[in-house]
Amino acid sequence: MTTATAEAAAGHGHRVRSGSISRGRRRTLYWSYFFLIIFVIFFLTPPLYMFITSLKSSAEISAATNPWWVYHPTLSNYIDLLTQNQYLVFFRNSAIVSVCVVSLTMLISVLAAFSLARMKFWGSATLATGVFLTYLIPDTLLFIPLFKTFAFIHDKTGIELINHWWVLIILLPTLTVPFCTWIMIGYFASIPKELDEAALIDGAGYIQMLTRIFIPVALPGIIAATIFCFTVSWANFLYPLAFTTSADQLTLPVGIVTTLIRGDVYAWGQIMTGALLGAAPPLIIYAFLMDYYIAGLTAGATKG
Amino acid sequence: MADIVARDLSVPVAGRQLTLHKFARRKSTIAFVMALPLILVVACLVIYPAFYSISLAMMNKSMQYFNIFTSKNNFTFLFGRPTFWMVVEQTVLFAVTAVIFKALIGFIAAHFVHNLPAQGQRKWRGMLLIPWVIPPAMSTLAWLWLFDPSYSAFNWVFAHLGIPQVAWLGNPYWARFCVILVNVWVGSPFFLIMYLAALKSVPEQLHEAAAIDGANWLQKIWYVNLPMMRNIIQITALFSLIVTFSNFDIVKILTNGGPVDQTHVFATWAFQWAIWGNDIPLGASISLFMAPILAIAAFLILRNVSRRGNEA
Repeated sequence: MTTATAEAAAGHGHRVRSGSISRGRRRTLYWSYFFLIIFVIFFLTPPLYMFITSLKSSAEISAATNPWWVYHPTLSNYIDLLTQNQYLVFFRNSAIVSVCVVSLTMLISVLAAFSLARMKFWGSATLATGVFLTYLIPDTLLFIPLFKTFAFIHDKTGIELINHWWVLIILLPTLTVPFCTWIMIGYFASIPKELDEAALIDGAGYIQMLTRIFIPVALPGIIAATIFCFTVSWANFLYPLAFTTSADQLTLPVGIVTTLIRGDVYAWGQIMTGALLGAAPPLIIYAFLMDYYIAGLTAGATKG
Repeated sequence: MADIVARDLSVPVAGRQLTLHKFARRKSTIAFVMALPLILVVACLVIYPAFYSISLAMMNKSMQYFNIFTSKNNFTFLFGRPTFWMVVEQTVLFAVTAVIFKALIGFIAAHFVHNLPAQGQRKWRGMLLIPWVIPPAMSTLAWLWLFDPSYSAFNWVFAHLGIPQVAWLGNPYWARFCVILVNVWVGSPFFLIMYLAALKSVPEQLHEAAAIDGANWLQKIWYVNLPMMRNIIQITALFSLIVTFSNFDIVKILTNGGPVDQTHVFATWAFQWAIWGNDIPLGASISLFMAPILAIAAFLILRNVSRRGNEA
């Protein structure tokens, strides 16, 4: 009897306490949602406004109506840009450059990361650290000497490197290779040694070990590095701005800024449409491969 | 024991030892060949230009070295210009303020996302990372349009709320605010993701223990989360400081350094001199001022990496 009362009392007390905890939790939850909505509004206003403007005609943009609403939605900006040869050229240049840079970078960094993570040679540890340090050197420090070097190469050999879109395929690996190698070293180092010993016993060579074991096992890491590499080469603004000038050699970000802004005349409808379409490839990749994207983002600092 | 046996076995079979030796040599040769493309890229396109820019900084506009015995060179020229000191001040202000706000917003937002039930987190995290995914050059154009002098959508809202109009990019102080704001907007999702990952690695038992000891939410954050996340907080802030210090896209598109050079940072000012002003050596000497912060950051990160290596 007494035990029963005690239990009942304990049960009751327990219920009350858990009730207050869950009420507290619910309040925390509501506040979290409230503040997160504020953050989301702050974070999503510019892209939304891009979208709103892209649906407006230039007459509506310069009218004194509510800028946050579209009264006469039109696709004319999209049609104008996508039938305009120039914009398609920018898109093509960006696409070719990014695909080439990604393939080149992944080839270089997977091979190098495999050799640095598994097949030690004289100075390989120093090299791994050195690769990480070069990742810290920004493009804003490198573009001036590179520009001068290219001008010098032109003077000496007659090979014109400036003002060609393909020169970006040489330049952009300076930004992507060190970081991708660094992530891949981390991923490869986390693969258990037993796996490659087993492969060695089965008579595999180093190339087989890489293609049959390391690449399949570290595939998430490779996808993450590929996405990073694509985003960097797609978004880079400084190198194309400094190294290319003719309208048919520009990549997307620079092309939009330099051709759609003529003097003080801003074709805002087209600029926003162009920027939105230019942001689409990274956004689509992100939408489908979000987990890999985030893995690549966090690997850089946590795998250190 | 096993060692001794192995050695004893290998002594008589001299041929086998030789192949083993050759094998080891071949392995390191293959390894070196595999790393060679990386070495070439890093040496030719990163290390060499980095040192070449030091050499460039010693030259005058027509690419002749300055006489080191006279006091006339790029650095004395820069030090004598008030604009240079303004750029130094603005770069430091820009980078430090932006990183502090990015870290704060990232830290706060990460806690809010972490509070949500696990199945809802993905959706919110996905939305909150979008500013980081859009190429900065593109999203800065959207901000430029939001700050437009005659059609600013913010000013439209202000007009309806009865707040006086703001000359966003026309006024030096507001222009400085705007470049920092856009940088914070672009960069805080990165902090959010890093801090969220760090928060997930804080064991739940620690929070329970703190709750039993009667800690409130602020004390839990201050005495449990903060110490546990210290490493990630430091590393992320350092990385971001480097990137923000050498920022180019946002300032270039948003203000192009104006009004009257008030928002120039090292990168945009160096670009101005080197590419438009055609004075490559002067541009190189300006961009070299980004190097000290890089060296400090590299030192700190390396120390951190090796310390973590020792703990593991």
